[in-house]
Amino acid sequence: MRESKNSYKSQITVNELSWKPTKDHKNILEKINITFDKGNIYGIIGPNGSGKTSFIKNLLHFVEPDKGNIMIEDVNLLDYRRKDLAKKIALVPQNTTMDSSFLVYDVVMMGRVPYQKRFAEASQSDIDIVTEAMILTDCYSFKDKEVDMLSGGEAQRVLTARAIAQDTEWLILDEPTASLDVKHQIELMESLVKLKKHKNKTIITVLHDINIAATYCNQIIMMKDGKVHSHGKTEEVLTKDKLREVYEINFEILDNMKNGKKYYIPYTCD
Amino acid sequence: MKKRNRVRVHGVGFLLIIILALEVILSASVGSANLSFFNSLKIIIHRIPVIGNFYDLSDVKEVYIKIVWDIRMPRILLAGLTGCALSVVGASFQGLFKNPLADPHILGVSSGAAVGATIAMLSGMTMSFMGLGVIGIFAFLGALITVFIVYQIACVGNKISTVNIVLTGTAVSMMLSAVISLLMAFHHDQIEKVYLWTMGSFSSATWQKVSFMSFFTLVGIVGIFMFAKELDVMTIGNDSAKSLGIDTSRVKKYLIILASLLVAACVSVSGIIGFVGLVIPHCIRLISGPKHKRLLPFSALGGAIFMIFCDTIARTITAPSELPVGVITAILGTPYFIYLLQHNKRKLGA
Repeated sequence: MRESKNSYKSQITVNELSWKPTKDHKNILEKINITFDKGNIYGIIGPNGSGKTSFIKNLLHFVEPDKGNIMIEDVNLLDYRRKDLAKKIALVPQNTTMDSSFLVYDVVMMGRVPYQKRFAEASQSDIDIVTEAMILTDCYSFKDKEVDMLSGGEAQRVLTARAIAQDTEWLILDEPTASLDVKHQIELMESLVKLKKHKNKTIITVLHDINIAATYCNQIIMMKDGKVHSHGKTEEVLTKDKLREVYEINFEILDNMKNGKKYYIPYTCD
Repeated sequence: MKKRNRVRVHGVGFLLIIILALEVILSASVGSANLSFFNSLKIIIHRIPVIGNFYDLSDVKEVYIKIVWDIRMPRILLAGLTGCALSVVGASFQGLFKNPLADPHILGVSSGAAVGATIAMLSGMTMSFMGLGVIGIFAFLGALITVFIVYQIACVGNKISTVNIVLTGTAVSMMLSAVISLLMAFHHDQIEKVYLWTMGSFSSATWQKVSFMSFFTLVGIVGIFMFAKELDVMTIGNDSAKSLGIDTSRVKKYLIILASLLVAACVSVSGIIGFVGLVIPHCIRLISGPKHKRLLPFSALGGAIFMIFCDTIARTITAPSELPVGVITAILGTPYFIYLLQHNKRKLGA
C-alpha cells in the first residue's frame, strides 16, 4: 500500500478483481489490481474485447465482482447506497442514442436527481449548476432541442454535461471521443483537463485513440485479455515494446513538436 | 417562458377535469330513458355528502333517480376507472420497456385472464367475492398467475431483462390463446359467451365492482406515480439511470407488480379492452411532454374520458342492444391515432 498523508481517503483501490458475466462463462476480468489516486487523468486503453468496458461496469456497481473487491475512499463499493454512489462517481456512457423527446435541458437536469427529493422541483443552485455544465460543454445554445434530434456529437456533449452536473469527484467516461469530429474530440478532452484543474475532478476514461490518450492523460492503464498489462505514467507505459505486445502491431514514436508529448504511428510489418 | 409553460400545462389539466365532469353528467343523461342534463346533475349532486342536502329532489321522478344512480353511474364510474388504470399502465410500460408498442397486455395479463374466465364459464360454478362473480375471480387469478410465470421465466439470475420479459409475455400470450381455442373446440356451445367476454363490456357494472376497482386504481396509480422521476431517467437509458443512483431492477419489479394488479383488476371487471392503454398515452404525451410527473396524471384523465365516451356510445348507439366496448375503442381510436401519427410523425414514441 502506498503511504501518503491521506492515503486511502482519496483513492479507488481495486483488489484482485475477477468477473464473468454468467456462471459458466470464462473470466472477462482476471485478477485486476490497481489504485486510482485523486488529481489524475487516467486513460484506459487496449484492444477490442480486452475488458475495458467490463472494468468500468464493475467500478460503477452495474455488476458485482466474482472475486476481489473495489474500495472507494475506504468503503467497499457494494456497501454504498446507489444514490450515495451517484454523488461520488458519474458516468458518460458509451451508447449516446437517446430515443426520447426530453429537452437537452431536462436531460442535463437529470444529473441532479441523486440530490433531489422525490417530487422536488429544481432549486436555484440546481439550475446554476446545470447551466454552468451546459456552457462548459458547449451545449447551452441548443438547450431547448429535443434529445432525439441531436447529432452524435451533440448527444455526447449533453451526456457529458449531465455527468458534470452530477457534481462528483470521480468522472468515468466510456470512449467519449468515439462519435466526435476532430474539433469536438479536442474540445472535449480539453474540457476534461479543465475539470481536473478547476473542479478537482479525477477522470477515468476509456479511449481508443492512443494519441489522444498520450496527449491528455498523465496515467495510462493498458489492458489485454481481461488483465492489466501495464500501468503507470503515460511515457512509461506507451513504449514500442509494450504497445506491440498489447496490440500485436508495430508503432513508430515521434516527438510531437506542438505539445512536447509523443506521437504514435501504427504500422504493420509487411 | 418556463413559467408560461407551466401555466399552460396546469390549464390543460384543469380543462381535462372539467371535460370529465361534464362527460359524466352527460353520459348519465343519455340512454333509453333520456333525462335533462340538469336533472342528472341534481341527482348526482344530491348524493354528495353535505352539499347534497341543499338539493331538493322532489321534482324528479323516483324511477329516474334509480336509473341514474343505480344503473348508469356505476357503469360510468367503472368505465372511467378502467380507462384511467389502463392508460396509466400503458404510459408507464412505454417508459419502462422503452417501447412505443408496449401496452398493458404485453406481459400476457389479458390472455391469462381470458383463460381463467373461459375455465369459469365452462365449469358453470357460481361464487362471488368483493362484487366479482366467478368469471371475474378466475380472470383476476388467471391474470396474476400468468404474470408471475412470465416474470419467473424472464428473470436471469435475479435480473429482469426488459427484452426478455416482453418476448416471454408475447410467447406465453400466444400459447394461452391456443389454450382458449382448444377449450372452445370442445365446448362449441360456449363460444359466443367467451368471445363476447374477450371483447370487453361494462354491462355488468355494480357499485360493488366500482369500489373494488377504486381500491386497485387508487393504490396502483398512486404507487406508479411515486416512480415518476425514475421513469423519466430510465427512458434515457438503463446505464444512465443506474449511474444516476436508480436501482433499475427494483423499480422494474415494483412497477410490474403494481401494473399487473391494476390490469388484473381491470380485466376482471370488464374483460379485455385493448387500444386505450396503447394509444391514450401517446396522444397525451403530445400535450404533456415526456415528463411522467405530468404524463401519468394526464393519461389517467384522458383514459377515463375516452373510455366513458366509448362506453356511452357502446350502450346507446344500437339501443336496446349494445356493442362490445372494445370494438368502439378500436374503431373510434384508430383513425384518430393515425391522424396524429401523420401530423406528428417524430413526436410520437416514448
